[in-house]
Amino acid sequence: MLNDIQKRILEIVADMKDTGSGAVNIRSDGEKAFRRNTEHIVIESKTDKDGIDIRIAPGTKKEAVHIPVLLTKTGLQDMVYNDFYIGEDAEVDIIAGCGIHNCGEGHSQHDGVHTFYVGKNASVKYVEKHYGEGDGKRTLNPQTVVYLQEGATITLETTQIRGVDDTKRYTKVICEGENSEVIIRENLLTEGEQFAHSEMDVFLNAAGSRAQIISRSVAKDRSVQVFYPRAEGNSACFGHVQCDAIIMGGAKVRAIPEITCNHVDASLIHEAAIGRIAGEQILKLMTLGMDAEAAEQKILEGFLR
Amino acid sequence: MLEIKNLSYRVENADIVNSVDLLVPDRSFMVITGPNGGGKTSLAKLVMGISTPTGGSIFWDGQDITALSVTQRARLGISYGFQQPPRFKGMKVRDLLEIAAGEHISHDKACSYLTKVGLCARDYIERDVDSSLSGGEVKRIEIATVLARRCKLMIFDEPEAGIDLWSFARLTETFQEIHDRKEASILIISHQERIIRLADEIVLLAGGKITAKGSVDEVYPQIVSDTVAGCNRLEVKGAC
Repeated sequence: MLNDIQKRILEIVADMKDTGSGAVNIRSDGEKAFRRNTEHIVIESKTDKDGIDIRIAPGTKKEAVHIPVLLTKTGLQDMVYNDFYIGEDAEVDIIAGCGIHNCGEGHSQHDGVHTFYVGKNASVKYVEKHYGEGDGKRTLNPQTVVYLQEGATITLETTQIRGVDDTKRYTKVICEGENSEVIIRENLLTEGEQFAHSEMDVFLNAAGSRAQIISRSVAKDRSVQVFYPRAEGNSACFGHVQCDAIIMGGAKVRAIPEITCNHVDASLIHEAAIGRIAGEQILKLMTLGMDAEAAEQKILEGFLR
Repeated sequence: MLEIKNLSYRVENADIVNSVDLLVPDRSFMVITGPNGGGKTSLAKLVMGISTPTGGSIFWDGQDITALSVTQRARLGISYGFQQPPRFKGMKVRDLLEIAAGEHISHDKACSYLTKVGLCARDYIERDVDSSLSGGEVKRIEIATVLARRCKLMIFDEPEAGIDLWSFARLTETFQEIHDRKEASILIISHQERIIRLADEIVLLAGGKITAKGSVDEVYPQIVSDTVAGCNRLEVKGAC
């Protein structure tokens, strides 16, 4: 059913062997390629537009759902809308990688809009890996929107591994329930002439809500990155925005963390740092027996982990 | 055996290390001490290859290593603990220990290295070596990476700096154990009497030159008599 290219990319972007286990929806070249529901997780195709609804039953514990997207035809432009309804007290991992194999001359592009409705005291870990390969241009434009009810938490771990020529990311999280929490870890690698633009809006609207945004990126060669994470405190809340970038070669990185407090008990912090790999770090690993090139690679791997 | 021959390091007309000759026999314990700015760290960096000498040569087990890189020297069995080790965002204590050991290490093995520097593996092994750790913690992890390398020559630059009294006591025991088991040659830059007293041989380095060398009983009294607190300029010239 899945060819070797699809299987290989699935493993890279979703850590899946073939069709994996548990709830799964594999979208390949703009169509449903495989689907499996479980007792607690039901995936249905939308009827009004491309995309799926994923419903996770209240109280679901320690289950995972994989929803990878594969593009292997050159020149394919794919756009999907995926909505996640996570029931109260559920604990779930959602793995949603996207891989493009573009060996032609056309421009392959996948735009995904993911919307999460996270119920009371539910806990979600969302893992998204983006990867591209081949000679043709590869573009990925993900949009993620999250609504958190009382006591709900979501961890968004997004990684652009390599091979994405152009990306425009947008993430919006609304903490509308008391004591809701969001943790965003965005890791991004660009090289060659690649371009990445990432914007985030986090609204801390309810008392006790918390946000932690950690952006780590490596820009190599002549690539360009722009980060614009914004946090807004509209209640007694806490937020921390941290942008760290390693810059190499002729790359350019622009980081503009922004915090806004509209409440006297809102406490928000931001920090940003851009710089080359510290020489002492390479030297230290050389004293442990690594050569300079391997040391640099090891430092970057750790930084983007 | 480490053999330093007529080694010099000159920066902008200043002799940081000036024609130093030194022999570090196999499985010996040598402490280099002396006043700040005397050339101790520079000498250690020259041995590791971190700095390049302007004159002289360095031999390791009979091989001239003067022109070798840091990596090449490390692979020949020379290890180095930095005075101010760097921090790494995203790199865990386990990662550094495994790079040092050159292989995957079990929890028990990691525990044995960390215990030797007064740290509990359970609390530290999965932690990032970043700013969430105190200076003393990073320093002890640094020393653990040197232990994990199991090299024939271990160089430590002020291992006591930033370490609390309790951990320091554990650290001196570790140095003593390595020496008792004759596992390696230990070359330590230190100002601490407790470490100095462990040494087979003490080298006093001042102004880039070796001004005294010998056993603890020979050299330590001289160090004590030379380090009376006060202002040299006031005492010698009568005015500051």
